[in-house]
Amino acid sequence: MSEANAAAGRWPLWEVFVRSGSGLAHKHVGSLHAADAAMALQHARDVYTRRNEGTSIWVVESRNVVASEPADREMLFEPAESKTFRQPTYFTVPEGVKHL
Amino acid sequence: MYTQMVDAPEPGEGARDERERAFEEKLERGVTIESTDWMPDAYRKTLTRQISQHAHSEIVGMLPEGNWITRAPSLERKAILLAKVQDEAGHGLYLYSAAETLGTSRDDLVDALLSGRAKYSSIFNYPTLTWADVGAIGWLVDGAAIINQIPLTRCSYGPYARAMVRICKEESFHQRQGFDVMKTLCEGTPQQRAMAQDALDRWWWPSIMMFGPPDAASPNSATSMRWKIKLFSNDALRQKFVDQTVPQADALGLRVPDPALRWNAERGSYDFGEPDWNEFYEVVRGNGPCNRERLGARVRAHEEGAWVREAALAHAAKRAAKRAAA
Repeated sequence: MSEANAAAGRWPLWEVFVRSGSGLAHKHVGSLHAADAAMALQHARDVYTRRNEGTSIWVVESRNVVASEPADREMLFEPAESKTFRQPTYFTVPEGVKHL
Repeated sequence: MYTQMVDAPEPGEGARDERERAFEEKLERGVTIESTDWMPDAYRKTLTRQISQHAHSEIVGMLPEGNWITRAPSLERKAILLAKVQDEAGHGLYLYSAAETLGTSRDDLVDALLSGRAKYSSIFNYPTLTWADVGAIGWLVDGAAIINQIPLTRCSYGPYARAMVRICKEESFHQRQGFDVMKTLCEGTPQQRAMAQDALDRWWWPSIMMFGPPDAASPNSATSMRWKIKLFSNDALRQKFVDQTVPQADALGLRVPDPALRWNAERGSYDFGEPDWNEFYEVVRGNGPCNRERLGARVRAHEEGAWVREAALAHAAKRAAKRAAA
């Protein structure tokens, strides 16, 4: 992909993740085009953190992101829906019993 | 609005197949569509047009205001205007990124603008003749943009809705800084008040036209509404803009240049006149006061920046080759 981009004179696409404050995880905020990693960081700072949105930035070239297939959604996530016993609220607690 | 004259084609009822019906049923349930989900070609195409036209508007919209950066009346005003114009560039980039998720490359989107195939909002084809125009644009044009864009934060396409959330947060700053420029002029000398009134006189009708043709003349918006990529009709948004803006003009002590404007107590809204729709269609067709200048400036910027884009790629390739060899 990036070879094809370079051949066509296109800057590759990068995904941007920003940590909005200390103690919080990096979160995906959007994407941008840049020729290399240093430029991607610079652009991410200019485009996505103009109003105190972040204290740290990750960038990763989009072609390196491995994503689950939408068609696999049911196979992957349905089991979590049908196993309600994984939730604490599945169990009834007798009245008056505390710290459960 | 920033996306005028983009309406989805109306498909025949029988033309919808099973997948399309399932898709529309999903929309009815309020499920957000993401880039990897199945979507009808017409939805993809209409959204690509709508989002890219919106992006083009943000980028071209930098030009009228950029015109005043070097001549802002104070260092503070200059810093504020720079920040505002930088935001517009950012808005363009969020939106191009959102449009790209639909499968069209950035280059193709930009090429559609530069070749004249794609449109951008008619409003940016008017000139900024005085400093007061910078105030009028922030107050009126960004004010109109907010009215249009807030509903779009709930539109059916995830990447577009998320871009809109960011944009709306920033537009409030734009509108207030514009109003503040107008307020300062209105509290100034008689000449400064006259400048503010002159700017309102020239920007009022183009702002009213931003919402696009009257509903009766937009026969295709039903599909866009069903697809939740347009949530309110042109006329409904226009009414909201008038109702919200007239009291602000009153607060400034300025006169809205519409002889038909009057409060309708029964409706709880202002009645107002018709803009010159011929002028609107002429501007959309490319015959506004600044169409050629605006597009010319974008083409020149793109061509003169070509060596930078190429050099950055060459530099990246060289560094990558060095790393591979080490």
